[in-house]
Amino acid sequence: MQLVLEKRAERSNTIALISPLIAIGLTLVTMSILFAILGKNPISALGVYFIDPLTDSYSLQEIAVKATPLVMIAIGLSLCYLANAWNIGAEGQFLVGAVAGSWLAVKTQGTDAGPWVLPAMMLLAAIGGALYALIPAICKVRFGASEILTSLMLVYVADLLLDYLVRGPWRDPKGFNFPTTAEFDPVAAVPVLIEGGRLHLGGVIALVVVAAVAVLLGKTIKGFEIRVVGAAPRAARFGGFNSNQLILLTFAISGALAGLAGIIEVAGPVGHLQPGISPGYGFTAIIVAFLGRLNPVGILIAGLFLALTFIGGEQAQIAMKIPLDVTKVFQGILLFYVLACDSLILYRFKLIFASPKVSSGAH
Amino acid sequence: MGLIEAIILAVLAASTPLLLAATGELVTERSGVLNLGVEGMMIVGAACGFGGAWLSGSVIIGALCGIAAGVLMSLIFALMTLGLAVNQVATGLALTILGIGLSGLIGSRFVGEKISLAPHLYIPGLTDIPLIGRILFGEDAFVYLSLALVAGVWFFLYKTRAGLILRAAGDNHASAHALGYSVLRIRMFAVMFGGACAGLAGAYLPLAYTPFFIPGMTAGRGWIALALVVFASWLPGRLVIGAYLFGAVTILQLHAQGWGVGIPSQLMSALPYLATVIVLVLISRARTGGSTAPAALGTVFVPDR
Repeated sequence: MQLVLEKRAERSNTIALISPLIAIGLTLVTMSILFAILGKNPISALGVYFIDPLTDSYSLQEIAVKATPLVMIAIGLSLCYLANAWNIGAEGQFLVGAVAGSWLAVKTQGTDAGPWVLPAMMLLAAIGGALYALIPAICKVRFGASEILTSLMLVYVADLLLDYLVRGPWRDPKGFNFPTTAEFDPVAAVPVLIEGGRLHLGGVIALVVVAAVAVLLGKTIKGFEIRVVGAAPRAARFGGFNSNQLILLTFAISGALAGLAGIIEVAGPVGHLQPGISPGYGFTAIIVAFLGRLNPVGILIAGLFLALTFIGGEQAQIAMKIPLDVTKVFQGILLFYVLACDSLILYRFKLIFASPKVSSGAH
Repeated sequence: MGLIEAIILAVLAASTPLLLAATGELVTERSGVLNLGVEGMMIVGAACGFGGAWLSGSVIIGALCGIAAGVLMSLIFALMTLGLAVNQVATGLALTILGIGLSGLIGSRFVGEKISLAPHLYIPGLTDIPLIGRILFGEDAFVYLSLALVAGVWFFLYKTRAGLILRAAGDNHASAHALGYSVLRIRMFAVMFGGACAGLAGAYLPLAYTPFFIPGMTAGRGWIALALVVFASWLPGRLVIGAYLFGAVTILQLHAQGWGVGIPSQLMSALPYLATVIVLVLISRARTGGSTAPAALGTVFVPDR
């Protein structure tokens, strides 16, 4: 028996639409098996994971809060991936954005600075994230160094930079030696939308970003160039598009969005700068980008879905003592199925039960 | 034991997992496949290696468990990229994400446990020679194994017919296919070899480096191994130099922290990662004339029948 791929005459649009759903279905089946192996009832485990968080207002808000950074980062990454530029260091850009924005919050602490502080922090965060993302991009276009490896190495560096700052110069003097800055002043905090709730302004910003990038990709020449450079590099060269410039541009945008997400997380739900502000948002966002088919609206939906797995994972740990790592396993398996199902768009899978004659070039 | 001797011993130990993982990845890449999941295969290898050794009480069984885990992980990668023609970069990332989760799941029951480390060689007389005795004749078995592996890979790639065919598949898969070789089968074995090496490299950490398992203990070594392959220009001999240089940077920063030099410890910890970036830039810059990378590296191959 042999599996053979047969190229489709043209890409299948039906499958392009349903492939994420097939992938989610297959993931749920695999997860049920995993739950059974762990000695948990699969049905009730899946219920705790995917249904329970949808039934109360607190969890629903929490899903939106978790989806905010995921969507913002993934939107930026999708631009990179469309242009065939592999930024996998969004986690680092997220942290550097958080640091850059927090600098202003720390400096203005206890002064009578006005409401300009928060917008200025966001601007600084976006600039910081963009500059940090430009390091691997410049190394790529100027020297030909693999952006995959350099962007990832810089994640570890960013993590250590944040650690140094909150243990050293920025540590809260009244914080009992905990590695954290003081709680940000109200003018440096992202306001909540409903008094007493969890939803904050960041969610609105994420929606604006989704809309803006949808317009960029769908209605502008730059968006067209990004898509062509990734999908048909040869055609792009004949068209005179500058692929190096597009690498720099997409890295800068994606770094800026990751940085903005970082400061929104710190000045919003967290409230101060400390290590561990991200449960791997920058890496999970890679899954969000692919699950959303690198499409802004798709990414919005995918971001909400993966946020659900974070919340569901926490609840499953409390209610059923299921280890938190199951969430990461779930996310990894989901990405595998998404990628495998995407292959169906371009190829037909055929199982051949045949004589050795048919098997291609086997020795 | 002198300080210099201690430092050299530590450098060799820190370099060995890098060398093991990079040797495997070099063979994988020489066949034309870019497997970015080294970190994921390593961390699962570490969890399974520790588990095997802790349950059986044998370092060898632990090492075999690590290898098996690495091979299983690499088979997922092979199924995706070779069987289903999925993008290699994205699949490698998925493998790392999955590996980090799996290792946490597998390793959680072993956290806090301790095993005895792999024994070091001792040859009466030779090992007792001052200065060089312990460095040459007093290592753990993995150090010698890793060097033998590099020599074996060099011999295989350049002195055997099978090695030539593997390199052909990596440089021009269409020609290799036209000559009647099964490109996908060659690549599958190369990917599996890479997985075995990465699994062993991961297992080295809890079996011979620190006698316990901590989640995330590979700390980016898999990614550094990937960078080492670039550094070595895909040549096995240069891997040894690269791996020992990186091992030296790692150990030096640890010692500098101990000496209380007035530099923040975080900056010292960041050194291996910063060094990787700088080395990648320098190496890539020096090669702008022509690349030594396998010509078909990272490209999908679907045989038309």
